[in-house]
Amino acid sequence: MAEEVKLFRTWSSGYALRIVWALKLKGIEYETIFEDLTNKSPSLLQYNPIHGKVPVLVHDGKPVCESLVILEYVDETWKHNPLLPQDPYEKSMARFWANFGDDKLMKSIWQLFIAREKDQDVAAVEALENLKLVEEQLKGKKFFHGETVGYLDLAFGWFADFVSILEEIMSLKLVDGERFPHLSSWIQHFIDAPVIRDCWPPRDKMIIKFQVMRENYLAAATPK
Amino acid sequence: MEETGGVKLLGFWVSPFAQRVKWALKLKGVQYEYIEEDIYNKSPLLSKLNPVYGMVPVLVHNGKPISESIIILEYIDEVWKQAPLLPQDPYERAQARFWAKFAEEKVRQSVWEAMCSSGEEKQKAVKSAVEAFEEFEKELKRRGTKFFGGETIGFVDIVAGCISYQLAVHEEVGSIKILDSSRFPAISEWIKNFLNHPLINEGLPQKDQMFAYFSKRSKEIASRKMSHKTA
Repeated sequence: MAEEVKLFRTWSSGYALRIVWALKLKGIEYETIFEDLTNKSPSLLQYNPIHGKVPVLVHDGKPVCESLVILEYVDETWKHNPLLPQDPYEKSMARFWANFGDDKLMKSIWQLFIAREKDQDVAAVEALENLKLVEEQLKGKKFFHGETVGYLDLAFGWFADFVSILEEIMSLKLVDGERFPHLSSWIQHFIDAPVIRDCWPPRDKMIIKFQVMRENYLAAATPK
Repeated sequence: MEETGGVKLLGFWVSPFAQRVKWALKLKGVQYEYIEEDIYNKSPLLSKLNPVYGMVPVLVHNGKPISESIIILEYIDEVWKQAPLLPQDPYERAQARFWAKFAEEKVRQSVWEAMCSSGEEKQKAVKSAVEAFEEFEKELKRRGTKFFGGETIGFVDIVAGCISYQLAVHEEVGSIKILDSSRFPAISEWIKNFLNHPLINEGLPQKDQMFAYFSKRSKEIASRKMSHKTA
């Protein structure tokens, strides 16, 4: 019996992109449903009634929500080309750093991105501290997973793309090769890795999207 | 630290996060050494074992430290296979992970915020907490089992379990009411069943000590918020 796999996503969601990569890396056939989050489909609200967010993976009619949860589901359901390490301790470390990426790193990068000029220096301090911690994790490794891409690389994938977008919009260098040699190298390898490289959202659209978002945040923050 | 074996848990007496790990180890009958940390005066050991966050709990197994309570629970479940916390089926596991995240981020967190805030912020937080409880109640009813995981205590029960013994204290400290037993009969019953388990109820912090601690914490957080506003 043929399996039915559907993925609800948006064109730009870095969270959804994790699942696109995971499914493609495992060679799983799936149907894509693009959502407009300002006008959510009844299906999305039915499959993710609590959060109404993407991504949602629907496998044979059963929905799985939350991207890191979906990654683990995909890895446990289709066991070839494993994404997570086998060893329980290494698995814990991958989960720890994925959570760090989503909680601390993403927040600090975002705070820098929307900071007013006078607040940028302070915002940069925390972002750079977090980047240093991630840099440490890549010592001696091509990818977080080792020689090939894995769970933690997919979890940090948003970062590989967003760094250059932030740097272009803000005209600053955040991940410079001297200060962050391993992170810089990882970004280059990841952006161009097989399968990964075929899925990036259009850069010009991303630049416009984030430029507009930043302008809106800065306008809202300006005292009238 | 030159350990080659053995299990250590760094915790703090009132930490709900450390309590999750204690429950998991006890339910699986895993012997461990407990080290009480003063999180307001962190030991070099804690800073060394959790350099990123400097927080408890930290589980140390075979000399290797693991932080973040939910991640520790997954590790414990993978290493000690008796009394499994997560189901075997990948879809059921995904549901458990989803609800554990929900229990932590929406249920526990919103109660904390409701306790520590005031005015309009407090009203919003209480509303969020009640909404989270409604979802949790719905899911418990839908499952229709004694515990979230079935007839025995599982992953989601342990993550959500802190509300069983701390919610009432938070409500009192914060002058809020969230758990109305007529509105949330399934949750109320679940709490009763959860606390009825001898390994769950054993060694929980005393109510009056929790009240004193959370009152103090709540005031500290409130005054920090005020000083940020006026700065």
